[in-house]
Amino acid sequence: MTDKSKLGFYLLLMPLLLWLITLIILPHIGLFMVSISEKIGVRQYETGLGNYAVFFNEPLYWRTFARTAFMSIFTTVLTLVLGFPVAYYIAKLTRGRTKTTLFLMCLIPFWVSELVRTFGWMILLRETGVLSNFLQYTGVIGGPVEFLYNDGAIMVGLVYTSILFMIVPLVTTLDSLDDSLIEAGYDLGGSGYSIMREIVIPHAMPGIVSGCIVVFMLSLGNYLTPILLGGKDSLWFTGLIYTQFITRFNWELGSAFGFLLLALSSTIVFLGLKLSRQSLSDTMGR
Amino acid sequence: MKLGLASTTVMIAALSATTLSADTLRLLTWGGYAPEDVIAMFEAETGHTVEVTTSNNEEMIAKLRATNGGGFDLAQPSQDRIAGAQEEFGIYKPIDMSRIDAAQFIPSMLAATAANSTYEGEVYGLPHVWGTSGLVVNTAEAPQVTDYTDLCDDSVAGSVSYRLKRPTLIGFGYSMGLDPFAAYADIDAYQAILDEVEAALIACKPNVKTYWDGGDEIKNLLRSGEVVAAMAWDTGGWQLNADNADITFVAPEAGALGWIDTFVLPARGRADDAAYDWINFVMRPEIASMITNAAGNFTAAVNGDVDVSADLKARYQASFDQAAIDNIKWYPPVPAGLEALEGAALDRINASN
Repeated sequence: MTDKSKLGFYLLLMPLLLWLITLIILPHIGLFMVSISEKIGVRQYETGLGNYAVFFNEPLYWRTFARTAFMSIFTTVLTLVLGFPVAYYIAKLTRGRTKTTLFLMCLIPFWVSELVRTFGWMILLRETGVLSNFLQYTGVIGGPVEFLYNDGAIMVGLVYTSILFMIVPLVTTLDSLDDSLIEAGYDLGGSGYSIMREIVIPHAMPGIVSGCIVVFMLSLGNYLTPILLGGKDSLWFTGLIYTQFITRFNWELGSAFGFLLLALSSTIVFLGLKLSRQSLSDTMGR
Repeated sequence: MKLGLASTTVMIAALSATTLSADTLRLLTWGGYAPEDVIAMFEAETGHTVEVTTSNNEEMIAKLRATNGGGFDLAQPSQDRIAGAQEEFGIYKPIDMSRIDAAQFIPSMLAATAANSTYEGEVYGLPHVWGTSGLVVNTAEAPQVTDYTDLCDDSVAGSVSYRLKRPTLIGFGYSMGLDPFAAYADIDAYQAILDEVEAALIACKPNVKTYWDGGDEIKNLLRSGEVVAAMAWDTGGWQLNADNADITFVAPEAGALGWIDTFVLPARGRADDAAYDWINFVMRPEIASMITNAAGNFTAAVNGDVDVSADLKARYQASFDQAAIDNIKWYPPVPAGLEALEGAALDRINASN
């Protein structure tokens, strides 16, 4: 390499390095230092892993984490089941303008902020809301029904906020599948089911896995949707972190929770990759 | 173009002139405490500019803690959250009493706030706005709700709401015949009270529609009729009363919980002059009345109710007779570390089914 191209290389590398170091690595080191300092009195701290022990000793906290993880996994599955037919239709059954229009229609809700979308669901689902009034009007139910403030409402909100991140990678991978492969499958006497299983899904696997990883992480790290739609049953791990930091003034425990969330969610993603026999470089590198 | 250049020059000159004599006051306060018209009058009179950030007690302390008391020049936490926060985090600086026009303050409130916000011999807080938490009730739907524990009654199942915060623990404690404030100094006694209240609130959970978080949220729930009784701030009840005569604030039998929001100087505030100017300005009777009309709560200013609307005064008198005023439980300063106990109890209530 000449000196000049070396300079160019480092200049191009600079933004990435700045981003990684100042916005990701340094804050995490700071957070870690806070998480290993135990409070023993007013303005007195000592180094130790006590904050991490709290998570494992208090059933409330790890149960909340388990609940958050299971609901996020369920959201991911639900998003895949709903998103796959949509993506397949867009990628394989439409052409040209229709395709662009349909794709755009999936995008449009994401032009407004997540907060507004969540409030939209609150207007629909609340006791005096659109859905309850409509069902009363049509005579399906006798009195007002509360659809908000339960786990179902949280699921609806999470699927809605994350489905785009499933559809986009799926459309991309399905697009790259040559139609002649599917035709060949039919010529060789395959049924719709066997073609889906033997040709389409294996080809779409990287898209499925990368979509699942993104949706899972988005749901696990979501704060607004579970808190607003879940009401009194809105126990969510990010909510616990928020309360530790803001209302309890307990930054030490909050930081430890943050690290545990990072570690545990990475473990779950790792297990998911192992189970689906995919590697991270395969799914994300394409 | 020439005109444009000239006017720009004048503007820059004017701007630099004002920056010499005036500061920007970065005010960390509650919604309604710094109405637009008051800010405009203050800016016109003093030349300072005011930047308002609205927040709540916990966020104010969290924000100041994150910057070691920087980023703001004047903050307004409640008087019970000053001494403890100062002891733990050192985020405030002492008030220079010689720069305050003390005659504008109601003497008893000034003295009480000073006593509660004293840390190592220095005074850190001045009283500004006071009010109470109690019950906001739709008296047509749920006239039987007269105390905090009535919210757990079967007759209002599914249509009550309260916050999952420390005032709820304390209100229920008083309503159950306990005395949480008296136990502040004794951690074990306080934990015993918390355990009792926690059990009651877990049993009460099926009755609750949702735990509210912001003032607008609970007003919305009461206005739509989805909630008929709630533990909430007096001012929210009086605002709703203006729209719907059935809904109003009720001082609970166990006593409303009284708070005083204060002025404090953040430790690394840069515009103390502007901060003192603002304090002396808003405590004038006519300005204090404007703030009361905007926020719905009365101030610690002498004659501060001079221009307050007759409607608001009438609502206040309907909710509070003399006995109810005497029965207000004023928050004593929260000892450092108490919030950790309360936090654990609140987490367990939140997690219960």
